[in-house]
Amino acid sequence: MKKLLGFIVIVFGLVFIYAPIIILAVYSFLDTPNIGAAGNFTLDNYITLFTTEELSQMIWGTVILALVSAVISTFLGTIGAIGTYYSRRRTQAFVNTVNQVPVVNADVVTGFSICILLVILFGMSKETFFPLVVGHVTMCTPFVYLSVLPKLKQMDQSIYEAALDLGASPAHALMSVVIPQLAGGIISGFMLAVTLSLDDYFIATYTKPATFDTISTYVVNATRGSHTEIKTALWALSTVIFVLVVLIVIGMNLFSDNKEGKEKMQKA
Amino acid sequence: MRFSRKMLAVPYIIFLVCFVVLPLLVLFYYAFTGSDGYFTINNLLDFFTDPNTTGTLVYSMMIALMVTIVCLAIAYPLALVLSFADIPRKGALVMVFVMPMWINFTLRVTALKEILTFFEGNLAYHPLFNTVIGMTYDFLPFMILPLYNSISRMDRSLLEAASDLGSSKLHAFMKVTLPLSVPGIIAGISMVFLPAMTNYVVLDMLYNSTYIMGSLIGSYFSAYDWHNGSMIALVLLVIICIFTLLSEGGEDNTRGGALL
Repeated sequence: MKKLLGFIVIVFGLVFIYAPIIILAVYSFLDTPNIGAAGNFTLDNYITLFTTEELSQMIWGTVILALVSAVISTFLGTIGAIGTYYSRRRTQAFVNTVNQVPVVNADVVTGFSICILLVILFGMSKETFFPLVVGHVTMCTPFVYLSVLPKLKQMDQSIYEAALDLGASPAHALMSVVIPQLAGGIISGFMLAVTLSLDDYFIATYTKPATFDTISTYVVNATRGSHTEIKTALWALSTVIFVLVVLIVIGMNLFSDNKEGKEKMQKA
Repeated sequence: MRFSRKMLAVPYIIFLVCFVVLPLLVLFYYAFTGSDGYFTINNLLDFFTDPNTTGTLVYSMMIALMVTIVCLAIAYPLALVLSFADIPRKGALVMVFVMPMWINFTLRVTALKEILTFFEGNLAYHPLFNTVIGMTYDFLPFMILPLYNSISRMDRSLLEAASDLGSSKLHAFMKVTLPLSVPGIIAGISMVFLPAMTNYVVLDMLYNSTYIMGSLIGSYFSAYDWHNGSMIALVLLVIICIFTLLSEGGEDNTRGGALL
């Protein structure tokens, strides 16, 4: 009885979460723009998706923006975490507090305030991509910082000293002794930065160049219009991303298929 | 100058000052000046005396409250079942529930929109219902994860002890599981309530033309009214601050929980 109830809860949850995505995936292979209508199999949506220049430009734009922001964030957040960890108490308190601001803040406020500072006050052009990248780096870096910090705390502090005693320069010791110890935190910080940037809408709307679109801003504009061909091509995009995410999750599961890895994943 | 590890903090500190502290100061500056550049508290007074803006504040709080309650009502049983389920590869199942977080939210809302259109015909007839469903759909994983984490971290022997001492299943749940999951509930609420007040894209996409706090910023922004826009942002910041201080007791399981 109890098991059955649990089973029902799980199935209900899965249906609620996945039914829309899967139904959309099915219809992305049909030639009707209306959910619920009958249609014939077609790959037109996928052909449109991969051959329309506007669409591929915005997809690559989003991916490149995510990678660039994530690389900068990962670098800044990692050295920031290391530096802060060995700083005075007051510096630590300052960084930890300010670091929390973009984490808890609404993205609308983050994006708006950066736009006000850079574009309105300093008169910087959005076309330079600088406000957009700064916005995304501001949003992502705190999370990198937060995922590297616990690794620093777990690390055996004496190995750095040992490396110095054995004649390594501080920079060398940092690169070959400290950084490898932090690798787990750095990698998950990087992945988090990529996903945050890919998912962002609000910071991009306030800081992006007028002619540049990320997936989010493009989709929102497309739903306002009534361009059926684009609408159904976006179903195909949704399906492609869904499949990619599934593959990545399966890959990660296989990759870290030991107990510890799984625990880490659950703990998030 | 000799290298020390402290120096590595310098770039990030400069970055934080330039792009986190400074924008907030600028926000304050704009919020408390008029278009003539002089100090004024009119923007603040306007916000609290204009029935449109106060109405928006109330409406967004109401939406956020409803979304939070619905999310909690769906996520709690799920988290409970997931953490007590005795199945192989449970981690993978949890991942399945959290996975939608990694699909762009605008595409997910598009999917939901098509389904709702199929059932309702014209979305404009049920704006409030659609908004609550849409946001619940968007934010649900962020509620499931902290709840699941706090419930599965619980010491199981407490439940055994409760049943040994003669308490019923329900009683044990009320006295043991529920209180121990409070940090997860708080974390979940803070991850759903605040976005629900500001994420106006979900409303836009589902044809709900009523404003929430986020849309106000957007509309002032498109009207080139930085001063009132900044005031709204500031009001939101104050709400966020209050919320953060209140939820200090919860686990720090913010969006960071999204991965590993």
